[in-house]
Amino acid sequence: MKVAIASGKGGTGKTTLSTNLASYLAQDHAIVLTDLDVEEPNSGLFIEKTLKYEQKRSRMVPVWESSTCTLCGRCQQVCNFHAVIKLGREIMVFPELCHGCYACSELCPHNALPMQPTPMGTLTASAAGGFDFIESRLDVGQEQAVPLIAQTLAHVDEHYGDEVIKLYDCPPGTSCPVIESIKDADIVILITEPTPFGLHDLSLAVETARKLGKEFAVVINRHGIGDDGVAEYCSREGIKVLAKIPNSRKAAELYSNGELMYPHIPEIAQQLEQVSQYIMGQMNGGEA
Amino acid sequence: MKEIVVISGKGGTGKTSITASLAYLGADSMVIADCDVDAADMHLLMRPEAVSSEGFTSGVLAVIDQSRCIGCGRCAQACRYDAIPYRDGQYTVTPLDCEGCGYCARICPVGAISMVDQLVGEWYLSTTRTGASMVHARLGIGAENSGKLVAKVKNEAKQAAQEQGKQYVLVDGSPGIGCPVVSSLSGADFVVLVTEPTVSGLHDLQRVYQLVKRFQIPAGCIINKADLNGEVAAQIHDFLKNEQIVHIADLPYDEAFTRAMLEGKTIVEVSDNPIGEALSDSWLQIQTILGE
Ligand code: SF4
Ligand code: SF4
Repeated sequence: MKVAIASGKGGTGKTTLSTNLASYLAQDHAIVLTDLDVEEPNSGLFIEKTLKYEQKRSRMVPVWESSTCTLCGRCQQVCNFHAVIKLGREIMVFPELCHGCYACSELCPHNALPMQPTPMGTLTASAAGGFDFIESRLDVGQEQAVPLIAQTLAHVDEHYGDEVIKLYDCPPGTSCPVIESIKDADIVILITEPTPFGLHDLSLAVETARKLGKEFAVVINRHGIGDDGVAEYCSREGIKVLAKIPNSRKAAELYSNGELMYPHIPEIAQQLEQVSQYIMGQMNGGEA
Repeated sequence: MKEIVVISGKGGTGKTSITASLAYLGADSMVIADCDVDAADMHLLMRPEAVSSEGFTSGVLAVIDQSRCIGCGRCAQACRYDAIPYRDGQYTVTPLDCEGCGYCARICPVGAISMVDQLVGEWYLSTTRTGASMVHARLGIGAENSGKLVAKVKNEAKQAAQEQGKQYVLVDGSPGIGCPVVSSLSGADFVVLVTEPTVSGLHDLQRVYQLVKRFQIPAGCIINKADLNGEVAAQIHDFLKNEQIVHIADLPYDEAFTRAMLEGKTIVEVSDNPIGEALSDSWLQIQTILGE
């Protein structure tokens, strides 16, 4: 079972829900939580853990071999991203612009642009209290999140079988990195706040989930702080609201210290139980 | 004309509410640019009315002409993104997976594949309720946020500011550390970092500041909900001191932010809270730093 936890925007409680839910579910189930927000991975701050292993991750980019190159310029013609440029008697490659399509490399008549790995980030796997935690972190200066997300997803698929519930803390937004993160998920849980900003971001997230044809439901964070806009929108659109996590200064303080909330606030444990039941219902074949 | 960019690493720190407050305070002297094109929220507080709008195309997308395709499958083999699955007896491109590299079109032996321009979003030039102009955009769902739309929004805002003889462009920057935020930052004269004293807030601040430092842009910091966690707040203060980042203001934890938002207002417009004054002072400080 793959459960993606997403939101239209960052800071609505994605990480709060991911970490608390992982720990809560781990009391009875095998769980792996993966932080796919590779630009700003944060889940790890809320989890006590011991490192199991760390892997450098790389992607493939062309490297110029001047010895075989005839300066025909074919590579420059075929790169749609202007990542290979012929400058005088030299071929220059700009790895930041390269999308790793292999066109220049495979269409070069003289094999002068072999593809070679270039570092882009680090994947770490840890044992947390009762569950496994995987995090990938993009190196600062790397601009493309999608290749690292794709590799991280593949890593999780390789190492964990179907019996493990896989939770994914997704990147914010509605663009490529989010699509990459949720396209293989069985269910998507959208988290939002009951405010006008929250409502607007939720409506974008709902559009994304619908476009991908995903089963999805909503969790409202900081319930009580705003208005009924989000609840009304959900009932109008026939969207299931799984839980309402109550707003309190105490919750904000626990968050600020990087602490889990449900062990200290029983109402939050109750709300997590409802999310848990929804996931179990989906695992047992749909309608819960 | 000076460009002020507000960023926070990650959302949820109050960045947009604070940017909107600065926009309200400096309404007569600026053009606003909402570069958080992926999840733009500024319009909810500034209520812009579009004066003009334009589609934005960026990159291309492969399309297979089925009447010419001979089903050899070479395109599918060449595609590194698995964007051309064989389904119902034919090869078709999955638009969400296509990166637009054009490799398939180059090697198709019968020329059945063409690359078409991709409409990725729309941008608007608007007038807000304060009278200031605002440039904002909407990125299509699943579109690539390569930073090009962000760059477009910024350039249009700069041009508008020049035409109108305004002193500032105020940019609500993009989240993360990837292409969009790089585009948001390029050319900035001053960066306002908005953070909160949480372990994740501090972490994101440090990470995004590495980028700011690389661009060598002078920066200041506003700490929102500063009294939420004294220990982390002290760590942030130390960080600012070490990095010589101007400490602009500490704002207290106050649900007035949300109350103002519910009324569709910025916090400087609602009374009985200490934040409005702190932000007015912040705006003065920023202007002084920029030497106006
Ligand atoms: S692999 Fe593709 S994107 Fe990279 S340089 Fe070659 S042609 Fe350009
Ligand atoms: S253009 Fe590139 S990414 Fe798109 S379908 Fe063709 S080979 Fe694949």
